[in-house]
Amino acid sequence: MATLARAEGETLAALLAAAPALPAWTRLRGPEAGLVMLRGRAGGDGAAFNLGEATVARCAVTMAGRIGHAWRLGRDLRAAELSAALDAALQDETLRPALEAAVIAPLAEAQRAARARTARRAAATEVRFFTLAAMR
Amino acid sequence: MYVAVKGGEAAIEAAHAWLAHERRGDPALPELTPEQIAGQLSLAVDRVMSEGSCHDRELAALAIRQARGDLIEAAFLLRAYRNTLPRFLAAEPLDTGAMRIRRRISATYKDLPGGQVLGPTFDYTHRLIDTAPRPAPAPPEREADGAAVPRVSAILAQEGLMAGEAPDPGGPVPDLTREPLPFPAPRALRLQALARGDEGFLLGLGYSTQRGYGNAHPFVGEIRVGDCAVAVTPPELGFEIEIGDVLVTECQMVNQFAGSATTPPQFTRGYGLAMGQAERKAMAMSLVDRALMARDLGEEVTAPAQDQEFVLLHSDNVEATGFVEHLKLPHHVDFQSELEKLRSIRARWEAERAAGDPARREAAE
Repeated sequence: MATLARAEGETLAALLAAAPALPAWTRLRGPEAGLVMLRGRAGGDGAAFNLGEATVARCAVTMAGRIGHAWRLGRDLRAAELSAALDAALQDETLRPALEAAVIAPLAEAQRAARARTARRAAATEVRFFTLAAMR
Repeated sequence: MYVAVKGGEAAIEAAHAWLAHERRGDPALPELTPEQIAGQLSLAVDRVMSEGSCHDRELAALAIRQARGDLIEAAFLLRAYRNTLPRFLAAEPLDTGAMRIRRRISATYKDLPGGQVLGPTFDYTHRLIDTAPRPAPAPPEREADGAAVPRVSAILAQEGLMAGEAPDPGGPVPDLTREPLPFPAPRALRLQALARGDEGFLLGLGYSTQRGYGNAHPFVGEIRVGDCAVAVTPPELGFEIEIGDVLVTECQMVNQFAGSATTPPQFTRGYGLAMGQAERKAMAMSLVDRALMARDLGEEVTAPAQDQEFVLLHSDNVEATGFVEHLKLPHHVDFQSELEKLRSIRARWEAERAAGDPARREAAE
């Protein structure tokens, strides 16, 4: 669910188009946009406080008796619905391996690579202090 | 007193048509896309999300375009949009300790675990306008060791020299968007108000504490900028799920505290947290947060930045704009009554002056 929540809507749709077709599903709730209140902690580790809201899209669907859920930041309702459908399909052991390989694995790999690239860029800006030897 | 006035519709329509034309600029040039604004004016987007108190890069970019780059107007638009959406629930507090760091600096320790990471900063740039910007190649990379980046405040806390944060009391988190602000305001509400407060107002207040209005001697313990996972626990699932990441900036501002009868001398910290890469905002917020602790710490409250009502009731730029700008709305009737009152006072004054004021004569004798 975390991998799907972080996927770009267009990327997700493109991967799904190339994957084995999903069984039909029915909407249970949404897709709909709303807000979640983001919170921080005083001092980073103290009592919680409200930082401000963020938009969120959520959806629940039913597919062959299984219920799929999706929550994701932003207002991409289509991506929320596709994610909920995938969440339902992934609970089906016969569908799971093919969908994992066609959709989840490439998304997870792209997200891992993006994180690693950010970490490497940050590492390149880490200050290396050096001390000038005193002349005697 | 307000009186309904009819008329002006045609003038208003014409004014809005002209506004739309001015907003668009030269029609021979392509219109800015929200993607361009989100990508190339990303710090403006961060500020609008922060002060509009709603994280949504696309909406903030649209608001900036619609507002012709007026960021307070854009924050207003975002607040108005936010009011059309239901709030589903509150997220788990962001774990800034687990932030994926883009920038992390400390002014209190040179060498520290996790290092000094500059990230994409304006610091050390020459501030010379580049009239012919060169293409930006991909930034350099170096293998990251993936080591933990502990909080600087934890290093001082180990020695017992840093005041610990009060533990989370649990229970509902107070929310100033749902209930009026009480005074004295609890820290959670102060932080919420500061987080959505105007950067310029907080910057001025923070600066005032450095210049002697509040007796602050601050050090940047740590600034960190990076991505934090947002997690929620939807009731239909009953377990925690991650729903995406947000970029945030956190500032821990270290201050001395002389101690009191019950508390030993130690460092205290002001805290700043802002959506996006917003270092100035987070630093100013942390200075003002610390100044507002004066009352809790038993320090004398003498300066504007230490005065909760002064700070918290005037930091919201959407509210402030509303009250300042309402002055331009028609006050014709109000003003007529003021005018009549002043005319009668003036007539009396002229008459007394002509007659020679008996009260003044008596006083002179």
